[in-house]
Amino acid sequence: MLDYGLTEEQLMIRELARKIALEKGVPVREKLDETGEFPWEIMKVFAESDLCGLYIDEKYGGTGMGELAFCLATEEISRICGGIGVTFAASALGASPIVLYGSEEQKKKYLPDIAAGKKLAAFGLTEANAGSDAAGMETTATKDGDHYILNGTKQWITNGGEADTYSVIAISDRKKGSRGATAFILEKGMPGFTFGKKENKMGIRCSATRELVFQGCKVPKENVIAKEGMGFIVAMKTLDMTRPGIGAQAVGIAQGALDEAIKYAKQRVQFGKPIITLQAIQHMLADMATQIEAARSLVYSVARAIDNGSKDFTKEAAMCKLFASDTAMRVTTDAVQILGGYGYMKEYPVEKMMRDAKITQIYEGTNQIQRNQIGLGLIKEAAKK
Amino acid sequence: MDIIVCIKQVPDTTEVKINPETNTLVREGVPSIVNPFDENAIEAALALKEQHGGKVTVITMGPPQAKEALKQAVAMGADEVYLVSDRAFAGSDTWATSYTLAQAIKKIGKYDLILCGKQAIDGDTAQVGPGIAEWLNIPQATFAVKIEVADNKAKVERMLEEENEIVEIPLPAVITVVKQINEPRMPSLKGMMKAKKSEIPTLSLADINGDPEKAGLKGSPTQVVKIFSPPAKGGGEMLTGEPADIAAGVVAKIKERKII
Repeated sequence: MLDYGLTEEQLMIRELARKIALEKGVPVREKLDETGEFPWEIMKVFAESDLCGLYIDEKYGGTGMGELAFCLATEEISRICGGIGVTFAASALGASPIVLYGSEEQKKKYLPDIAAGKKLAAFGLTEANAGSDAAGMETTATKDGDHYILNGTKQWITNGGEADTYSVIAISDRKKGSRGATAFILEKGMPGFTFGKKENKMGIRCSATRELVFQGCKVPKENVIAKEGMGFIVAMKTLDMTRPGIGAQAVGIAQGALDEAIKYAKQRVQFGKPIITLQAIQHMLADMATQIEAARSLVYSVARAIDNGSKDFTKEAAMCKLFASDTAMRVTTDAVQILGGYGYMKEYPVEKMMRDAKITQIYEGTNQIQRNQIGLGLIKEAAKK
Repeated sequence: MDIIVCIKQVPDTTEVKINPETNTLVREGVPSIVNPFDENAIEAALALKEQHGGKVTVITMGPPQAKEALKQAVAMGADEVYLVSDRAFAGSDTWATSYTLAQAIKKIGKYDLILCGKQAIDGDTAQVGPGIAEWLNIPQATFAVKIEVADNKAKVERMLEEENEIVEIPLPAVITVVKQINEPRMPSLKGMMKAKKSEIPTLSLADINGDPEKAGLKGSPTQVVKIFSPPAKGGGEMLTGEPADIAAGVVAKIKERKII
């Protein structure tokens, strides 16, 4: 692999994540995909190996290794299993509002357990009628003395039901429009907070996707993240931080598919020689590898910019997610093609990778929404000139 | 509870080949790993420490590159490690190796328990663990699949061929473990960073007050004359047909070879 000038620590993180994914993920991924069982066992290994707090400051129990380190681990885990990869990454998505906007008390209270991997986190934004159009949100938070009362339902929440800590966005004042939403920290077990059934998905099947149901759920005002009315800003800045992570997940899935395609093409003999000697196959592999390297370079560059303190990266974060996820879809589809009939069978891992890849084009904002973000960024930049 | 674990760095046997001309192991390009049973011993030690407190010290006898094995032990969570290394140790058989490790253990001093893997996957002798117990003149239990420690005693479940046996031995003692005892943990990031930075202390023959006559080739009653791959066994001959015909065939073969 190209030398990206990674630090010793970053190389170590990549090596460790790869070792765990290979030794603990490969033997179970097919079964987890089939049963949809949540990957608690391997999540515990990540916890014991200090990989859950890469993006959290040492002050709050993490290792403070930053965004690129987090992307490297996510990539290596996703290379083996997209479902385990998203479970790992979604906890960071859930914790990010607290990392970015939480008060000192909130950080001290919630981050150490998440960093230690004792608890998982989840992020609740999407609703049945508010997907890409988050302003259509129907979950409400009504102020009642020292509390807010939450009512409504969040849909398709990754790690829902399995996580202990939830960052949830709700409408606190509909009249105020985009300034009328507020972010809250919720804990599993709060009265009035329950979960819907686990969704039966096309891919990333071992990850848990559930509804969060709020029925008169009383949340103390200390659990407001940032300030009342800042919910959309918290959500948007969170997604800016985590979209390179989805990019890393997609790069990992694509790399995993390329690994399998090369391995197969070397072994498969047709016309008297291994098919990797055929130019038709070589050109497909060359395109796959080139696209993956381009996606990886983009993800690493943006992650590095974030680590270096860059403030405005909304457009580039969207590009990471867009380009890498489209790459993952293309590459996994081509991997299935190279494996031919075998690729279509569940005995080989590439059909799962193709199913896992599809979601990366959809969640944390569809790729159409990513293009909107990029377009908006271009317009803003042009207006400044 | 202070535990000393003795480990060995071995070639990854899945990759080992023997050079047919020299009859020696081809070591070039073969990755070195911690002997798998020794990883189980490290895990058992760390688990006992988590239960009872104390310290886990890991030692190995070997050339300077065996430091890598000790770094893996640090990454898993070992508190202290020592490389027992000296040119004088070269050519040690299991007698000299167990003597040398026992001397190193005496030098380290404080211990309640010594753990080893049941055997190394390269030599496969299973003699070094018991040898250490003899040199130190303390009890031993081999092939442990379960260890419980209480009141300065260890209850050890030993995995034998036909059945398991539970024995109780006073501490300090040497216990060797089988792979069924546990699943070795993965290294941790903090452990790997600690391992990267750590200087591995080396103990020489002089450091462990070793007798040069007992160490290395000089102290080894066994000398390896030759290592070779035995010729593959023949496939045997299958007799088929009616039972009576087979029986007659077997008798004929036995007579033919003058076995009876």
